Amino acid sequence: MAAPLTLLLIVAVTIRAVLFRSSWAELISERVEVVSPLNAWKRVVEGLALLDLGVSPYSGDVFHEVSLSLIHFLFKSILGSDGITAVALYLSIQTYNKNVFRKQKYALESDRYPADCLELLRSPKEMFYIPLKVAMFYLLNPFTILSCVAKSTCGLNNAIIALFILCTLKGSALLSGILLALATYQSIYPLTLFAPALLFFLQRLYIPVNLRRSSFWFFTLQYAFIYVGSLVVITGLSFFLLGSWDFIPSVYGFIFSVPDLTPNIGLFWYFFAEMFEHFRLFFICVFQINVFFYTIPLSIKLKEHPVFLIFMQIAIISIFKSYPTVGDVALYMAFLPAWSHLYRFLRNIFLVSCVLLACSALFPVLWHLWIYAGSANSNFYYAITLLFNFGQILLVSDYFYAYLRREHHLTHGLYLKKKDGTEATLVLK
Amino acid sequence: MGLLSDPNRRKALTGLLTRLNTPICIVCYLAGIVWFMGLAFEPFTLRTYMSENAMGSTMVEERFSSGERALSLAKEFDAHKRKAGGMPVEWLVKAMQSRGLEVFTQSFSRKLPFPDENKERYMVRGTNVYGILRAPRAPRTEALVITAPCSPGNTNNQAVALLLALAQYFRNQIYWAKDIIFLVNEHDLIGTQAWLEGYHHTNITEYISGSLRGRAGSIQAALSLELSSDVITSLDLVLEGLNGQLPNLDLANLFYAFCQKLGVLCTIQGKLQRNDWDTAEGYTHAAQTMMLMVLKQACGRSWGDHGLFLRYHIEAASVRGINSFRHYKTDATTIGRLLEGMVRKLNNLLERLHQSYFFYLLPSLSRFVSIGYYMPAFGLLAVILLLRALDLWVHLGAPALAAVDGVTEAEQPSSPGVLTVLTPVVISHLTGVALYLLPVHLQEMAVEHFPVSETEAVVLTAIAIYTAGLALPHNTQRLLSGEGTEQGWKVLKLTALLYLAVLLGCTALINFSLGFILAVTLVPITASITPALYAVVMVLLSPAFTILYCVFIYQELIEAPVSVSEGWMLFLSVISQGILDHALYGSLVYPLLALFIYPCWLMFWNILFWN
Repeated sequence: MAAPLTLLLIVAVTIRAVLFRSSWAELISERVEVVSPLNAWKRVVEGLALLDLGVSPYSGDVFHEVSLSLIHFLFKSILGSDGITAVALYLSIQTYNKNVFRKQKYALESDRYPADCLELLRSPKEMFYIPLKVAMFYLLNPFTILSCVAKSTCGLNNAIIALFILCTLKGSALLSGILLALATYQSIYPLTLFAPALLFFLQRLYIPVNLRRSSFWFFTLQYAFIYVGSLVVITGLSFFLLGSWDFIPSVYGFIFSVPDLTPNIGLFWYFFAEMFEHFRLFFICVFQINVFFYTIPLSIKLKEHPVFLIFMQIAIISIFKSYPTVGDVALYMAFLPAWSHLYRFLRNIFLVSCVLLACSALFPVLWHLWIYAGSANSNFYYAITLLFNFGQILLVSDYFYAYLRREHHLTHGLYLKKKDGTEATLVLK
Repeated sequence: MGLLSDPNRRKALTGLLTRLNTPICIVCYLAGIVWFMGLAFEPFTLRTYMSENAMGSTMVEERFSSGERALSLAKEFDAHKRKAGGMPVEWLVKAMQSRGLEVFTQSFSRKLPFPDENKERYMVRGTNVYGILRAPRAPRTEALVITAPCSPGNTNNQAVALLLALAQYFRNQIYWAKDIIFLVNEHDLIGTQAWLEGYHHTNITEYISGSLRGRAGSIQAALSLELSSDVITSLDLVLEGLNGQLPNLDLANLFYAFCQKLGVLCTIQGKLQRNDWDTAEGYTHAAQTMMLMVLKQACGRSWGDHGLFLRYHIEAASVRGINSFRHYKTDATTIGRLLEGMVRKLNNLLERLHQSYFFYLLPSLSRFVSIGYYMPAFGLLAVILLLRALDLWVHLGAPALAAVDGVTEAEQPSSPGVLTVLTPVVISHLTGVALYLLPVHLQEMAVEHFPVSETEAVVLTAIAIYTAGLALPHNTQRLLSGEGTEQGWKVLKLTALLYLAVLLGCTALINFSLGFILAVTLVPITASITPALYAVVMVLLSPAFTILYCVFIYQELIEAPVSVSEGWMLFLSVISQGILDHALYGSLVYPLLALFIYPCWLMFWNILFWN
């Protein structure tokens, strides 16, 4: 399987290199859908220049990257980060599939599945190409390509999250904790991935989620300690590198309080541009809580399926975060082939793909009408933003429903009967 | 969200939509056409009104009185123009300087990609002369532009002369809060484009133009003046700009208001307004006016000098004097007063015109149709594509969709490989790229080998590639998978339908007319295509034939019907003009047709030869 992956990497790098060279690169790197104030390359260059001049890069309103990224950038090109993400995703899904298959085999041997849902079981044949498809979905996704060509630092963020997933699935609590801390340090929101990672390790070590068990608390504290410890170390490190705490308000304050209302594909900008100033704090809390709040019900519902929970969390982050870009969307979309066995239970996939396709085409058109032609206005663009997010939410909830439904069938049999013997249907309420 | 999560209702709805798909599609199509034609019916339209406060309440008194002097100036200008054999730059500079303006010139040159046979030009060299009247009452941060093209022959002399007379009059007034730029441009649109690029420090269309030495503030509005006789019978307002962009409706309202006030006959699309909307003739008249607007807007070219200003966020319109054989005559003084009034009102603006509509159609000057009223007509056509796509999806993924209720068994037939669909898509688009690039690049070769002029070479190459595209991409799927499957063409059709829907939707947002005309011709054929359809029907409703029909309808509407051969010649010149407009001013219609619409149509064409 290494050969197709290498080939894929070569193709992906070629496409990116060609686009880099073309005159499109500059255009793409200016698009608000692709870069946000948090991850624009232009701002990184500015920050580096300020650092060179001995000025704190956070002193103005230009630079909102965390400082360690600065150091990273000196060594590492963004082109590489996409490759790393793809390989990490490839290996993680491979590992995940092995786990899933092993579990399925045990369950089959112990005869736990109802007889009529054998067709729901996954065969190694169909699972063989899934890791490759995942890598392909990430590398050849136009969103990723755009984001990479724009040199958005989003690619870097994705790489860290992908590595975190890989380490988690490989069972290394230490590395997983450190990488999660790194991701959190970069953009706060991956904080919510703590719950699925913890659930995964607990499941792996056969520790039941039971609040009265000491082993549960022991491991939770251990993992939390790794996570918080490395977070403190990284933050302290950047303090020593910069010699000031400037970056805390400039990065995290910037993420939380959303002062930059440049339009993007997210839900924040329009709302806060229209808002009366004295309601601002309240609504910022309401909007930000969205990202974090869903962790609790989802963790309870999906506590047996931490990997799916990771997917859900990444998707929710990319929908509800304050400065989303298409690069974030690309990361969770890469997981879709891993759930290809849910296809038969998806209900709105046609609608969702139409909506997402149309929106992707309409973003630049309405932007043109608004900003260049001056004939449309921000309402047009925000309408498309809303529609795009509606599509994403529908997509995620559809997969959520399909996943739960398959699990339900696996325990209760495929052909459900109501009490009176008629055919039953499952409804998500 | 009940509809999206309740499986029973969903099933009922999809069942209904697939069972009644064809009738619903037919009803939608007819409803779309009827809706569109209904837009010209007066009770369904809105009366225009002035939205901008700054222009509404303050009445101005027009005092311009030097119409006669303007006419004598026109004669003088004519004489100097003849002597100089082109634009009399020195005379103009002197004339403007003597009227107290700051005068500057800008020289420019542009080599056309191929000779323009309509206007007989290839290597264009010219000079723009402009004078700035500095605002005495405000910081010079904003400006207005009055422009008059200096055309060859003895046309448009009166416009230039009136411009100079207005400049003289305006110079003595004290109420100007915006700089006023008086621009006389050579070679009509090319000159305007060069001047605008110079003014805004941009270079998007490979002009070689001198930089501007004098500037005023940011331009708020522009009026272009075209006047070729001493007296006129009516004034025509031209709004359609590049890529179908229109100025803010308030500019049209302003013009209309002053025409009413001064008692000047005003027309739009050269058609007078009628009051008998309830008669058949009255309706036909309004419908014709609107159709003319739609056709003009659809072709995406700039119908006057104003059209290029729109791209720079400057509201602009052309005012064209028409002298026909009516008894009612208007003299130059009145036109001068009309312009004075308009400029004074624009001078009162506190911010850019933005209150009124930017998306509208005008069945007459006093009535308009806004985007909310005309979009449903397009929406009804576009929804057909989506309905057909849904129908195909249901048929294709029958096992997948049956999972909506419990789960039914059905072995999914082996789905066609991605390659069978991808190959036609790629080939179609490569043909499109060839259609876009080759005509201009191959002209030298074509001229060497065939006895044709460059312009003919370009147009004929385009037609040849277009026709060759029809022969090219058949049956690629047979090479790949042996025999074209039923599944195969359905997947291709599904892809192409969605592609077309997105494409038309985006087009209609930018240029409604173009999107609508394409939808009217493309939707029925693409929605009903199967491998059994006749190729002739498909060809007759292809994009090129759409252009041909539009040429004939346009000629019919401007009451200058043409024979078939004349129509053909016009068709050829329309193509060459389209390519030129793209190269010279950046009009998007040609690339849109060549790179997207035509390849999309080829994808459907491919289905015809699937078996």
